[in-house]
Amino acid sequence: MYQYDQFDHQMLADRNRQFRSQVERRLTGALTEEEFRPLRLMNGLYLQLHAYMLRVAVPYGLLSSAQLRQLAMIARKYDRGYGHFTTRQNLQYNWIRLEDMPDILDALAEVEMHAIQTSGNCIRNISTDEFAGVARDEIEDPRPYAEILRQWSTFHPEFSYLPRKFKIALTGATRDRAAVAFHDLAFRIVRNDSGEVGFQVIVGGGMGRTPVVGKVLKEWIPKRHLLAYSESVMRVYNGYGRRDNIYKARIKILVNDLGVEEFARQVDEDFARTITPELELEEAELERMRAFFAPPAYRELPERDAAVDALLEKDKRFRMWFERNVVAHKQPGYAIVVLSLKSPGVAPGDATDDQMEAVARLADEFSLGLLRTTFKQNLVLSDVELSRLPELWGRLKALSMASPTVGTLTDIICCPGLDYCSLANARSIPVAEKLIDRFDDLDFIHDLGDLRLNISGCINACGHHHAGNIGILGVDKKGEEFYQLTLGGSPEDDASIGKIMGPAFSQDEIVSAIEKVIEVFLARREPEERFVDCYRRLGMEPFKERVYADH
Amino acid sequence: MQIIKKRRIVEDDWHHVEDGAELPEGKVIVSLSRWQSDRETLIGRRNSGLGIRLASNEHADDIAPDLEHFELVALNFPTFRDGRAYTTARLLRERHGYQGELRATGDVLRDQIFFMHRCGFDAFEVRADRSIDEALKAFDDFSVTYQPAADEKQPLWRRRG
Ligand code: SF4
Repeated sequence: MYQYDQFDHQMLADRNRQFRSQVERRLTGALTEEEFRPLRLMNGLYLQLHAYMLRVAVPYGLLSSAQLRQLAMIARKYDRGYGHFTTRQNLQYNWIRLEDMPDILDALAEVEMHAIQTSGNCIRNISTDEFAGVARDEIEDPRPYAEILRQWSTFHPEFSYLPRKFKIALTGATRDRAAVAFHDLAFRIVRNDSGEVGFQVIVGGGMGRTPVVGKVLKEWIPKRHLLAYSESVMRVYNGYGRRDNIYKARIKILVNDLGVEEFARQVDEDFARTITPELELEEAELERMRAFFAPPAYRELPERDAAVDALLEKDKRFRMWFERNVVAHKQPGYAIVVLSLKSPGVAPGDATDDQMEAVARLADEFSLGLLRTTFKQNLVLSDVELSRLPELWGRLKALSMASPTVGTLTDIICCPGLDYCSLANARSIPVAEKLIDRFDDLDFIHDLGDLRLNISGCINACGHHHAGNIGILGVDKKGEEFYQLTLGGSPEDDASIGKIMGPAFSQDEIVSAIEKVIEVFLARREPEERFVDCYRRLGMEPFKERVYADH
Repeated sequence: MQIIKKRRIVEDDWHHVEDGAELPEGKVIVSLSRWQSDRETLIGRRNSGLGIRLASNEHADDIAPDLEHFELVALNFPTFRDGRAYTTARLLRERHGYQGELRATGDVLRDQIFFMHRCGFDAFEVRADRSIDEALKAFDDFSVTYQPAADEKQPLWRRRG
């Protein structure tokens, strides 16, 4: 993983000194809340329903065990003993006191972490494939480029007051696990016709009020242009993105208004006269960055392990866990393990201080001291020796992180909703909990196959409801919490936006509405068909008919 | 009025001239539309000092061919959240080679001055209700920068050593 040198450390020290002074000026009243707001937002500090919420950046979702321990310490000392892993691979604390903020930031800096640009109208935390570097279908590890983009975008003097927030994603795999089509700007590592590896550039995707699937801006750019080309995209957006209406300020609106061809022309025009030819990445810098993410010294291991095979044969629970939560590793004899943060009685994505420490220990013992966060709000140990899976499974069960449901109906993505968030229309956590309770028959869930269910507490769509095969959106109906149901969204290569089924449901009705959707699916499904494919084949009608039949 | 110029607090000797108003003696800053309609008159008196101001929805290209006539360009921040002038400033400096005074006007606050300076601003009309002495500290907020801008042409990776 990337290691800070004296420059990176100095920057964080400068930042924390600056923010300490801003907090002091706020506490003495020299800054009004109105003026302090954008400053604290630049540091991921929101004022929520009950307290300040702090969002800590986990760059491209990669954490060391030492970092996770420090996050556990902060949860214990400054919060109420837990944190929430978000759909941007970050971590949020819900109960922060302003006075403590400078010390918390210093504690983060000790482990090379920060909260820079986790909110505000700037370039946010860069996200990437949760299996980067270990996936079998990867052309190249995207993380060196994510780190290059992170550094370039950090305190970018020109792009810190954009029309609106700006999210970038990267993937190096042939299969998209980073929802690149739903980002303001995204890069896919691809080969061009002559076999040279570069980036396909996608622009103008996003969720929120106006969900849009991103469009290809450029089929291929060479790697060395990554930053200079990004500057041109940002410059056109900063100069011409709308600022009169926050709902029309994202780059997707500009791209739609101009048309992607015209937008591309303007970007090309700026790039042809780039003011920063110095941003051209030379091979030496790419090499230096790649070295930080070089594969570890894997052991020579057999492709299969007899003891694991025997347990798969014998123990159905282990087999279920293996099928859903263990992913093939590019290195023979190793496995990628997804730790589920979706257990009954727990808000999706939440982890306690004790759980964080326990996971840090597991990372040290089983996975070279590293772990990842995923936008599906789970954790990943990326380099586990196959033969140690049974032991790890046992340890995870004891931590309630072995729910064998990854990628299924109850692997729910869920935003904090009205329990915490000041923008919410409705609670989302209780809906997720009810669904996890209702669908607790593991055989049943497994038989349903891949199914993505996402819940957002309002139209801001932090819970990615548009991209759920089944999406639930909290709405406000005359002061009461209601839920709209959408079907057919997908965050993957077949990216699509869910369609609204019809009138919204109360919290009790929504669970039974989902039951009925599942009934229709089971009745009409072809063998092994995925839910989303079944929906695409049948259309909304049969689902709608059943759900509203006795409504 | 006091402003910050090249990291020092100085008395301002320029006049912002409103659109219909008569041109006073001395150094004047006029709007883009006045420049476009009064071009010849303004060029005639440019020896006494001519500056132009752009609103945040006016762009570098609007004045790029005319830059030789201006000793000063003022870019307005209607609110500090409107970041268009950062782009305009960089383009004037780095694409069009403008070397005169580049002044930030409007909602100019201490906490944005570091970024403004990096984008090529060298003069700042700090908002009247704010301490200009406090604002002067902003230039030292950061000692390290990752990316090139008007103040530093090389990205950090070539300076790490
Ligand atoms: S989707 Fe709405 S309710 Fe949920 S976290 Fe985002 S802003 Fe809050």
